[in-house]
Amino acid sequence: MTADNIQLDDQGRLKHFLSTEGLSRQLLTEILDYAESFAGVSGRAVKKVPLLRGRTIVNLFFEASTRTRTTFELAAKRLSADVLNLNVDASATSKGESLQDTLHNLEAMHCDMFIVRHNNSGAAHFIARQVAPGVAVINAGDGRHAHPTQAMLDVFTIRRHKPDFESLKVAIVGDIMHSRVARSEIHALKGLGVNDVRVIAPRTLLPAAIETLGVQVHDRLEEGIDGVDVVMMLRLQRERMHGALLPSENEFFNTYGLTEKKLRAAKADAIVMHPGPINRGVEIDSRVADGNRSVILQQVSHGIAIRMAVMAMTMGRKPGGEEAEE
Amino acid sequence: MKLLIKNARLLDPATETDKKGSLAVAKGRIVAMGRKPNDFTPDKEIDAAGRWACPGIIDLGARFREPGLEHKAAIAGEARAAAAGGITTVCYPPDTDPVIDTSAVVELIHRRADASGRIRIHPIAALTRGLAGEYLAEMAELKEAGCVAAGNAGRPIVNTQILRRALEYAASVGLPVFIQPEDSFLRNNGVAHEGAMSTRLGLPPIAETAETVALQQALLLVEQTGVRAHFCRLSTARSAAMIGAAKKSGLPVTADAAVANLFLTDMDIDGYNTDCHLIPPLRGQADRDALLRGVADGTIDAVCSDHQPHDFDAKAAPFSLSEPGASTLEVLLPLMLERVQRKAMTPLQMLRCLTAAPAAVIGLESGTLRKDANADIIIVDPDRSWTVDREAMLSSGRNTPFHGWEMSGRVTHTILGGRLVFEG
Repeated sequence: MTADNIQLDDQGRLKHFLSTEGLSRQLLTEILDYAESFAGVSGRAVKKVPLLRGRTIVNLFFEASTRTRTTFELAAKRLSADVLNLNVDASATSKGESLQDTLHNLEAMHCDMFIVRHNNSGAAHFIARQVAPGVAVINAGDGRHAHPTQAMLDVFTIRRHKPDFESLKVAIVGDIMHSRVARSEIHALKGLGVNDVRVIAPRTLLPAAIETLGVQVHDRLEEGIDGVDVVMMLRLQRERMHGALLPSENEFFNTYGLTEKKLRAAKADAIVMHPGPINRGVEIDSRVADGNRSVILQQVSHGIAIRMAVMAMTMGRKPGGEEAEE
Repeated sequence: MKLLIKNARLLDPATETDKKGSLAVAKGRIVAMGRKPNDFTPDKEIDAAGRWACPGIIDLGARFREPGLEHKAAIAGEARAAAAGGITTVCYPPDTDPVIDTSAVVELIHRRADASGRIRIHPIAALTRGLAGEYLAEMAELKEAGCVAAGNAGRPIVNTQILRRALEYAASVGLPVFIQPEDSFLRNNGVAHEGAMSTRLGLPPIAETAETVALQQALLLVEQTGVRAHFCRLSTARSAAMIGAAKKSGLPVTADAAVANLFLTDMDIDGYNTDCHLIPPLRGQADRDALLRGVADGTIDAVCSDHQPHDFDAKAAPFSLSEPGASTLEVLLPLMLERVQRKAMTPLQMLRCLTAAPAAVIGLESGTLRKDANADIIIVDPDRSWTVDREAMLSSGRNTPFHGWEMSGRVTHTILGGRLVFEG
C-alpha cells in the first residue's frame, strides 16, 4: 500500500486531499477543470455558491499561517460552508493533550472537514486515519512533506499561461530540502506529464536522492534555468542561516537570487512564480517579483478557486453535477 | 527435579554439536548431553522427536521498561514474553528511570527478575552518571553489584575526552563496554534513513555517517585505551565492513545487530508506519543485505531483539513525534529461523549468534548444552507455522512491525535452570 491510497475511495475519487503524489493525470486535470469553473465566482457581485451549505469546516492550524488559512476560509465561505478557525498552540499539545485528543474533541462537535497544517511530516495522514468515515481531511502543509493545494494552484496558474504540459521546462529554485511546496509541485508536474523538471539549490539545501522523484539537479542558477518556461522560486526561511546551511542572505541572493539579468537565461516568455510570502532581495529581486513576467499575484487569487474545487470534491460534489442544487 | 529431553536434534554451537540424542537435567544443570546416563531416573520426560533442543537465547539488548516506565511494560510480563520467545537471558540497557548508575537499581532489577522466575537479567551499567555524558558512573560498585558491562544505551557521549576517560576507566575496572555508535550532531533531529524514502516522506534524515563517524571515533579510542568493546545495533553496510577490518587488525571488538534491521528496510516506513520507526533507523536494501552477510560470516557476532515495548499512544502520532523501537522478543528466533530455511545459514551458525556468541561477549559460561552448564534450554519446532498477531502477543508492547507475517518455527518449551518456564 502506498502512502497516498488513503486519500482515494474505492472508486478512485478524492475523499481526502493529502498529497499530489500518486494522483492520476485524469484526477489532477479534473481538479484543475473544476477550479476553472469556480474562478469566475470571485468576479461576481454575489461571491457564493451553495455547494457546501450546512457543512462545517474546521481550519485546524498547528503552525501559524495567515495567508493559507485566509484563502481556505474564503474558499469555504464562497462554498457557503460554516468555518471555524482553530489555531492550536503547539504548547497545548505538549501540555499533555495529544493530537488524538484534540481531534476527538473536535469530532464530537460533528465537523465535516478538517483543514490541517502541522509542522510534522505525515500529520495530515495521521489525522486522516483517525477521523470518522465521511469526514474529509485536507492537508494545508505538513512538515517538509506536502502542500498539495499550493502545488495545484501553481499548476493551475501555469496551465493558464502554458497549457501544453508535455513540452514544458520547469525550474524550482531554492530551499528544496525543507520545502513541502517543492515536493508537491514535483509530483503534480510529473503527474500532469511535464518531463523536464529541474531543481536548483546549493547542496546544503537539497535532500538526498531527490533525483528519484524524476527531476534533474543543478548547482548553478543560470545553468539550471537555461531555456525554461517556468521559474518557481521558493521562500528562504531566515533560520536557514543557522545550522551551517548558508553563509548569508546576501551570498544566497548573489548566487541563487532571481534578478532580471539571470532571468535572461530562461525563455523570453518564461513566467516567474513564488508561493509567498516573498523575501525581496533574498530569493528574488523586486524588479522581477513586480515585473511583467511575474504571476505571483495570480497565484494568490487562483488559490481560492483551487481550494474550492478540492473542498467540494472531497465532500462528494462532482464537477458539473450538482451546482444547480437549490 | 530431574528432567529428560529425549529424541531431540541436539544443536549446540559452543560444542559444534548437531546430533540426535537426549539431554539429562538435574539440580538446574545439564548432567548429560547425548546419551541418557544409565542411573538417571527422570521425574519428567519430554519427547522432542522432530524438534530441536538448543541453549536458551542470550539477548544482548532488551528493555522491559522497569523501573520508571511501567506504563509501557514491566519485568514480570516481559519475562513471560521472553520465555515464549525462547530467550532465557537478557542484557538490560541502563536507560531506565532511574538510570542503572547505582547498585540499588541493579538490585531492584535482579529482585524483579528473580520474582518472575522466568528470566536471567544482566543489567548493563551506565558509563556516565545519569547517562548524561559528564561524570563517570561508579563502575566498580556496579560491577560488584552484578553488571556485566557498561554502556551508553544509545545516548552518545558527545565530549570525546569524557568518552576516552570512560573507556579507560571501564578497562581498569574490567568491564567490557557496550557502545551504540551515534554522532549527535550528524543525527540532529533525524528520524529516518537518509535516502529516497525520507526525501519523499519529508522526514528529517539520518545520514549513514551519523553511525560510521561515531564508530570510527570509538574504534580509535578502543585501540588507544585497550578496553574490550562491543558495538551495539549496527545498521549500515559500512559499519559491518569497519568492524570486520578492526577485527582483522586484532582489536578486541565484537558487534551485534537488531533483528528488525535484518528483515526490514526504509521502504517499510512508507505510509508513515510508526511501528517501523526505529533507532538506528531501518536503512537501505544494500545495508540490510550486508548486515545479513555479516551475521552469516561472523563479522557481526550476535543478533539481539533490541526489544522496546511501547504503550499505544507512543506510536499513535505523526512519525517524528512517535517513539522509536519495536516489540520483538517473540519474533527474534522465528525470524532467524527463516535464514535457515532459506539455507543462508546452517542451524548451528544461526544459533551461534543467539547463544554462544553473545555469551562470549559478556563472558557467560552459559549459552551451551555442555555438561555442568546451567540448564537453560529451549525446544523448538522448526516447522510449526504461525502468523504474528499483535493482539496475541504476550509482551505489553504491541508495537510490532511484523504483524501479519507468516512465520515458520516456534518454541514449544523453555527451561530455565532446569525448570519449565514456558510450554506452548
